[in-house]
Amino acid sequence: MAAEIQEIISKIAPDATFETGADNILTITVPDARWHEVARTLRDDSALDFDFLVTIVGMDWKTSLGCIYYLTSTRRNVTVAVKVATDNRENPMLHSVSDLWAIAGIFEREVYDFFGIIFINNPDMRRLFLNIDWKGFPLRKDYDPSPEINPMTTESERQTDFTQSWVELPDGKIEKREPRVFEADDFVVNIGPQHPATHGVLRFRTAVNGEEIKKIDVYMGYIHRGIEKICEGLTYPQTLHFMDRMDYFSAHPYHHGLCLTIEEAMGLQISRRAQVIRVLMDELSRIASHCLFVGTYCMDLGATTMLFYTLRVREQILDIMERTCGARMTFNYECIGGVMQDLDSNFVKDVKELLAVLPKNIREYNKIFTGNVIAQNRLKNVGVLSREDAISWAVTGPSGRGSGWACDVRKTNPYSIYSELEFDEIVKHEGDSFARFQVRMEEMEQSARIIEQLIDNIPEGEYCVKVPKVIKLPEGHWFRRVEGCRGTFGVYLESDGTVNPYRLKLAPPCLPLAAVVDHITRGQKIADLITIGGSMDYIVPDMDR
Amino acid sequence: MEVTTKSMPYEAWKDNEYIEKLVDELRASGTNVIVGSLDKLINWGRSNSLWPLTFATSCCGIEFVSLGAARYDMARFGWEVARSSPRQADFMMVAGTIVHRMVPVFRRLYDQLAEPKYVIACGSCAISGGPFRKSYHVAKGIEDIVPVDVFVPGCPPRPEAMIYGIMQLSRKIKVERFFGGVNRQEKQQEFLKNHPVEGVND
Amino acid sequence: MQDFSIVTQWIHGTLTNYVPEWLAIVFECLGIGIALLLAYALLALFYIWYERKICAAFQCRLGPNRVGPFGLLQSFADMFKILIKELIELKNIDKFLFALAPYLVILASMLAFAVLPWGNGMQIINFNVGIFFLVAVSSIGVLGILLAGWSSNNKFTLIGALRSGAQMVSYEISIGLTIITMVALAGTMNVAEICQEQERLWFIFSGHIPAIIAFVIYLIAGTAETNRGPFDLPEAESELTAGYHTEYSGIHFGFFYLAEYLNLFIVGGVASLLFLGGWMPFHIPGWEGFNAIMDWIPGIVWFLGKAIFLSFIIIWFKWTFPRLRIDQMLTLEWKYLMPISLVNLVLMVLTVTFGWYL
Repeated sequence: MAAEIQEIISKIAPDATFETGADNILTITVPDARWHEVARTLRDDSALDFDFLVTIVGMDWKTSLGCIYYLTSTRRNVTVAVKVATDNRENPMLHSVSDLWAIAGIFEREVYDFFGIIFINNPDMRRLFLNIDWKGFPLRKDYDPSPEINPMTTESERQTDFTQSWVELPDGKIEKREPRVFEADDFVVNIGPQHPATHGVLRFRTAVNGEEIKKIDVYMGYIHRGIEKICEGLTYPQTLHFMDRMDYFSAHPYHHGLCLTIEEAMGLQISRRAQVIRVLMDELSRIASHCLFVGTYCMDLGATTMLFYTLRVREQILDIMERTCGARMTFNYECIGGVMQDLDSNFVKDVKELLAVLPKNIREYNKIFTGNVIAQNRLKNVGVLSREDAISWAVTGPSGRGSGWACDVRKTNPYSIYSELEFDEIVKHEGDSFARFQVRMEEMEQSARIIEQLIDNIPEGEYCVKVPKVIKLPEGHWFRRVEGCRGTFGVYLESDGTVNPYRLKLAPPCLPLAAVVDHITRGQKIADLITIGGSMDYIVPDMDR
Repeated sequence: MEVTTKSMPYEAWKDNEYIEKLVDELRASGTNVIVGSLDKLINWGRSNSLWPLTFATSCCGIEFVSLGAARYDMARFGWEVARSSPRQADFMMVAGTIVHRMVPVFRRLYDQLAEPKYVIACGSCAISGGPFRKSYHVAKGIEDIVPVDVFVPGCPPRPEAMIYGIMQLSRKIKVERFFGGVNRQEKQQEFLKNHPVEGVND
Repeated sequence: MQDFSIVTQWIHGTLTNYVPEWLAIVFECLGIGIALLLAYALLALFYIWYERKICAAFQCRLGPNRVGPFGLLQSFADMFKILIKELIELKNIDKFLFALAPYLVILASMLAFAVLPWGNGMQIINFNVGIFFLVAVSSIGVLGILLAGWSSNNKFTLIGALRSGAQMVSYEISIGLTIITMVALAGTMNVAEICQEQERLWFIFSGHIPAIIAFVIYLIAGTAETNRGPFDLPEAESELTAGYHTEYSGIHFGFFYLAEYLNLFIVGGVASLLFLGGWMPFHIPGWEGFNAIMDWIPGIVWFLGKAIFLSFIIIWFKWTFPRLRIDQMLTLEWKYLMPISLVNLVLMVLTVTFGWYL
């Protein structure tokens, strides 16, 4: 496949260079002038078919700024990376691909926010997480974080009705334009950031026409904590604990992802016992996470009581985890080389108890909520997302699978011991809120199935292999994906050979999940915004990082 | 005077010196019988009816949800009437990190709360910035933004710790004085004077 | 059956012995007013506690249990707190309407509260169009809600108020029609006489099929009328923060809060009046001994018991069902409930005309 790609790309961009990185992903370096054409070919050429933009990693290589685009072909299950760079640090500009992949618009805004790279032809080039009057671009290596430059203020944030965009005119000149976000006479309702339905501090500026939604401007950054930047100053083991605090429900899978990446870079083989424990924890947290989803979702729809029923199971899982990991939420359990400590002596017994009550509980949830006629009316045919849109918007995880896109990383690129396990990937083709809801319901059963296969066969052995006290990674870069509870979680790690990561990009699944809300709520009712947003199940600290 | 709540022995509290100091202040201010018993009635109402504002930014918010659920059931104490509108809430459980962009929103929420209002800083992020203290975009503790009544440490604090925190708040309310503003109002006013917000008249 | 009118007549008689009649009436009015206010407040507080306990039971929790025995004093503590909570003054609002709205809401529920038949002869006023009066005053409430939403100068409250307006106006039709259906069976609009009419058998049994249909429709429409789940769109927490009363604080919010619970009682009370005999004990024709035992239980216990039981059903709805969407809710009313109640009215008229009732 790599040779084929090389051939096709060389034809349109003769100056492109190719290399295969340490993580076996073909990296293509193209100059910005050819980038848009190459991108179009990568997406549209029937031999390539790269229809899924996984993430855009903004990079500061000190001399130059640039981006690495990770693209996947969903049909062929191949991933490539494309590197585009610019030497201009004062006024860096690259060409946008937001017309090719819908999600690129948001990803490019993120890169602009962190690195100040302007994307030509992106229609909406505002900052994503930081205030419009924020000085500097935090992820640049020469950023000055002193609080005098960007002081904390209690004065209201500067707001504008206008966005900005740089458009390339036919004669090659670049012109800055300032279009309106909403039309001048739109009735804009501000939902969030402090609002019970946004699941945290997310803000929707919603233009409504009566009860109907015209357009939503998703406004993020109310919990942007700059994890990526902090990580650059920490050692590798220290970076791990932030994984607990992004998507706090997928603490285990996220830890797993970052550990795998670092271990791969170190060339470390971990024991089978540790692998099994990690997978067990992943699946337990998946059940707990989906439980909470079902509960909060039903609560959003007005059926408050369901929350209490689902939290019962979650509490049981938290008990199991607490006995082993020592915490209810921020476990910090997986570490480089395995896991922090051995399983609790009652672990097997507790998990078996859970497995015994889980099917009964799921039946109960279905009886109370899924079969309810009001619930069905509220959910069915609401917020339909087609498969093509799901891929274009990079909506992964249960939400993507509800649209008929088999995107489970555990199946497509099995990691750890997932390839040996028997489980079904739940895929529904309706693409509506009900499908997304049901996918999660059924995934709980599948997770239970995985746990059942493993719980009696936890191999003996050491739970953590010996690792050097000071962990240094060789120079290079690695990209890896794992299946979090809400979708594909990507880790991009670049090392310059020191004890700190040179760049650690965490590609969360929730950013696309929130970004797509605008697309699927148009023309729906305000009440459906809650249904749709809830069914996407985004976690705000995850998208904001 | 031993200030405590039902089914909680006085010795079980960890910081009685603090409350004794408040009691002394209360005594020193002196008052007549009628006003005193009215105060008692009011404090009984206030300390037993604490309605939280549904406000959560991150992990701690999920533990706050657990607090409402069957295992910990904050309804026992009458705290379950979580109001989404700040005008109707009594206290604000700052559960989670407050970042720069959130600061004005957070301060405005505080200003929108109706008196008497209380703030509980819940979790290390709200107390000091926690693990994100080094970040360029995180407020290093909410004490610079609003006056805080109770700090609940933890990352996130366990629900039990949250219960203890709210009980402490309820105990603190018991040694306030509605008429004359002992132990609270003045300090709050002073804080607000030192941390003004443009356009808001405290 | 105990007759409370003996007591009232005795009071009137004693008073007129000492003071002129006009003064006696003034005293009586004052007494009744205070009793009414007290009953109103106590019932509302009881209902708040009651709902919190029930909801806790549904959710495998304990509910309030720290303040007073079984947490009974919890709502009193809430009341004391809310009484002295700050009333926030807002800028750029219609101050007069903003202040008026909660009083309109509480007035509507209080007036409706006044008509309810508490027991045999235990009524504040007994006049021939009692039911008509009840329907009329209960619709003042929607005015209060609309004003509250409008005058707050807030988009959430406005949407909440408009939803509420659409909802309450629509569902009032169903309520009106079911009430007319039952009035057709009773043959009177006088509340006391409606109760008297059910001495032989409660209407829900004597009116059999049309009465049961009307009962179900009334319960659904009544739930909608009180803005409770699954029809709680005007204050849908997850959508509109707190709906039309988002901007209200302190006791003004307390009024909305109390009125909401009291309306729950009123809906239960009216349903028990129309279908379950009001204060009338449960009688089975022919079983004289049984009826006599039933008569031993005072009417007020019967009435409260029935009303509280019916409100339990409405609370049960709330904690079980998810919320409807605005269009679904209006569809339910205009396409299903209203046509059914119209047909049901015809059915009831036929039943009465041809004497098919039991």
